[in-house]
Formats: sequence, C-alpha cells, structure tokens
Amino acid sequence: MQESLKRTPLYDIHKKLGAKLIEFGGWEMPVQYSGIIDEHLAVRSNLGIFDLSHMGEIEIRGAGALPLIQKLITNDAEHKLVDGRILYSPMCNETGGIVDDVVVYRFQADRYMLVVNATNIGMDFDWICGHNDTGAEIANRSDETVLIALQGRNAPTVLQNLTNTEISALKYFWFTEGKVAGVPTVISRTGYTGEAGFELYANADCGTDLWNAIYEAAATISGKPVGLGARDTLRLEMKYCLYGNDINETTTPLEAGLNWTIAFDKKDFIGRDALIKQRTQGIKRRLAGFQMLNRSVARPHYAVYNKNQHVGAVTSGLPSPSLKCNIGLAYLPVEHSKINTKIEIDIRGKRHPAKVVRTPFYQPD
Amino acid sequence: MPEEPKFPEDLKYRETHEWARREGGIVTVGISNYAQEELQDVVYVELPEAGAAVALEQEFGVIESVKAAFNLWPPVSGEVIEVNAELEDAPELINEHPYSLGWLIKIRMNNPDELDTLLSPDEYRTLVEGERD
Repeated sequence: MQESLKRTPLYDIHKKLGAKLIEFGGWEMPVQYSGIIDEHLAVRSNLGIFDLSHMGEIEIRGAGALPLIQKLITNDAEHKLVDGRILYSPMCNETGGIVDDVVVYRFQADRYMLVVNATNIGMDFDWICGHNDTGAEIANRSDETVLIALQGRNAPTVLQNLTNTEISALKYFWFTEGKVAGVPTVISRTGYTGEAGFELYANADCGTDLWNAIYEAAATISGKPVGLGARDTLRLEMKYCLYGNDINETTTPLEAGLNWTIAFDKKDFIGRDALIKQRTQGIKRRLAGFQMLNRSVARPHYAVYNKNQHVGAVTSGLPSPSLKCNIGLAYLPVEHSKINTKIEIDIRGKRHPAKVVRTPFYQPD
Repeated sequence: MPEEPKFPEDLKYRETHEWARREGGIVTVGISNYAQEELQDVVYVELPEAGAAVALEQEFGVIESVKAAFNLWPPVSGEVIEVNAELEDAPELINEHPYSLGWLIKIRMNNPDELDTLLSPDEYRTLVEGERD
C-alpha cells in the first residue's frame, strides 16, 4: 500500500479484526471482514456495522448559509428542512451535470452540515467556497469526524441499549444529538442499504470508544462488521446511485431518475436552466436496472447492445447476494429502457443476454 | 476435511496463480489459495468443454467473484479431457478447497517440458509474499 493513502481513526481496529484493506478514493479502507456475501446477508437479516469515516463533513453556518445551500443543491432546503431534518440532493454544475450527491443536515436555521463523498471532499469544499457570495462560514470537519453506521433490522434495539435517547421517536431522515456509550454523537436515521439503521457522527478522538461499544453490543447478537464490498452490493440492490459510477459531471439528475430531488419551483440554483431545458425537451437516456439472464457478471464500462446496436455502457454491475442473480445499471436510450426490454452485455468479447427490470431490485421487508 | 496447506509441495505454479498437479501425462489445474483469498466469494466459473485445446498464451476461462473477474491461464498446453462439473452448482468449492474439490480442468499435456518453466512452491511463495506487501 502507498504511504500517501489516508486512514480513518479506526484503521488499527480493522487490521485487528482481520479486514482485507483496499485503496478507495485515496483511502485505505476495509473492503471485507468475514466475506462480502456473509456481511451482506448479515445486514439484510440482522445487523451490520460500518466505518464510513472516509465520508466528508462540511459545516456551513451563518446568515448566508441557507441562501448558499439553496444555490448549490437542486433540492429545497428552505421548504423541506426544519431543525433535525435531513435532505438528500444532487449538487449540479451549470450544465446540470452532478458535481456530487450530498446529504444536508439542518441543526439550526443558520447551521448546516453537508455530508459528501470521500472522493470529492477537496473538490466539493472548493466548489462550495467558490460560490459563497453570501458570506457563509464554511469549515471542512472531515478529518475530525468519525462516521459509524448500524444497518439492519436489529439496529434499533442494539442502539437503544447504548443510549438514553428515545430512538424509536426518530423517523427516517431525521436526526438528533445524544450520547451513545457515553460519546456525544449526532444520531441520524439514515443509511445506504435499504434496511432500518442509523449513522452516528462523533469526534474522531472518541471513534475507537464508540466503535468498540457498538461492536461489542452487535457481537452479542452476531451482528458483523461490514466493508465497502457489501456496502456496494447492498446499495446496488436498492438502486442507490454511487457517485463516480452511476452519476458524475456528465450525467444529470433527470437521467439518473432523481427527479424527486429537483425543486424546479425554487427560483434559482446552479444548473436550473439546463435541467429545465432537458425536462422540456425530454431526456434521451435513462439510468436503467438490468438483470443478467445467465450467470455472467456485468461490470462497469462493459458495452450494452440491443439487436447489434451499441446503446450504452454498464455503470454498476455485481452479483446480488439477496436475489442470487447478477444485476446492474446502465444508461440506455429511453426507447430501449422499458421494463422487460431484452439487451445484451458484451463480456470479454461475447454477448450475454440481459433484460431491463424494475428497480429497486430488492424490496426490504 | 483437514485444512489444505497454503503452498502444497507437490504442485507447480504459474505466475498468474494457477497450480498444476501432474499424474503421468495428465495435469490437473486449479487456482492457488492466495488467489481464492484475493477473490473471495466465487459465484461463477466459465470453463472450456472437454475436447477443447488450451495454449499457454490464451486464457482458458474466467472465475467471477462478487468483487471481480479473474482470467484463467493454463500452466501447460494440451487438450482438456475433463472439467470439474461440481463447480456449476457449487462454485464456492474454489474458496473452500482450492487444491482439491475446487480443481478446474484436467489437461492432456502436449509437452511435459512446459512444466519445467513453472514456479516451484518456494518460488511461488516468494512471488505471493512480494504481492502482499
């Protein structure tokens, strides 16, 4: 491994747990502990815990905070957020391409936290500062923050045993502040798996204590640590977009099926004109889910064909441990993206049959 | 079943992580324990049919795990005389028993001298330990 790779405060713990570490977006992260399928199924049936401290946290404060955020994101932080609420949104460029997809936390009317993708932290920070003409105070809190997720149907019980905060009162995409195992945390009812679960933000100095308490509590019910490998299979089954794979600066939220995150009635935000134009003209391609009709696995960048016509490329593709078939996402011309359309994926020079299917691929209980 | 050794002494290895076990003119081929550990969670194996010819410079199949696709290179050239049919329904045998039940194909060798170009267990161990660092 290169010396320059960044490590989370929990790196030594992962080593001790026998995790297999890989490079991900400049970070040395656990890809798996007991095995991707084993960890995946643990989350679907019980509980998994994740170190997501590589994610970025950018704090935006002051009277200029809300106007700045409203300009940056396509969703509507002014009308959809109150104190303690969370909002998912793309952040677009002038052409409607996605600079990053972020999660906005409102602590107070003049205090917000944007959670951004690990690979984009530096770029996002510059982007946000570059558009700050309202005098907002912007601080990158990524290095001083640990993020630990509990995901799975037993997450509420395990977390409740570690905190006095009444977590059953916390609804999906709401957060509160409270102590977990004595550590001051932001307790957020969010996740990237489709299961019930929480994401806990805390000061990096407390990271080890927080992880150990959660790990021990999880272990008593055979909950498992989960790496980035299963995080990817879990999110793909739900068709949650992965930045860099399924969305990037050349794809728009309309093409990605994220229409619900665009507040067209907001009077101004970056990319609005381009997105209105695209909506008016109609999108030409759409991010579609497909299922392989044999046992081959489609991987990112593989070409997609429909009757000998090259129609697109795979953006994500993996075996689905829950569905026991191989699934993927690809941008397809709208006319080739109807459910049940037969397509072919070029895998190592041979065409393999697949069909467009409904998403999410997996429906949690 | 007892745990398999990491680098069985009776095998020769190709640098691309396949092993070869010679019995007369027949060579059984599989992937090393190191390779299966790197791949994890094998879900599918694409292999040639019996009767197919394999050549050193040509991939003969692919192993797909959740994480990645792994191209297979033959340790020797020759004719495929048998394919491990168990892998069709139980590809995980490659993870569980890479040196026994998880074998891939048997090749009738064209030229036994090709075995001399393969790595010894010690040489292969050195290669793998270099990759791990």
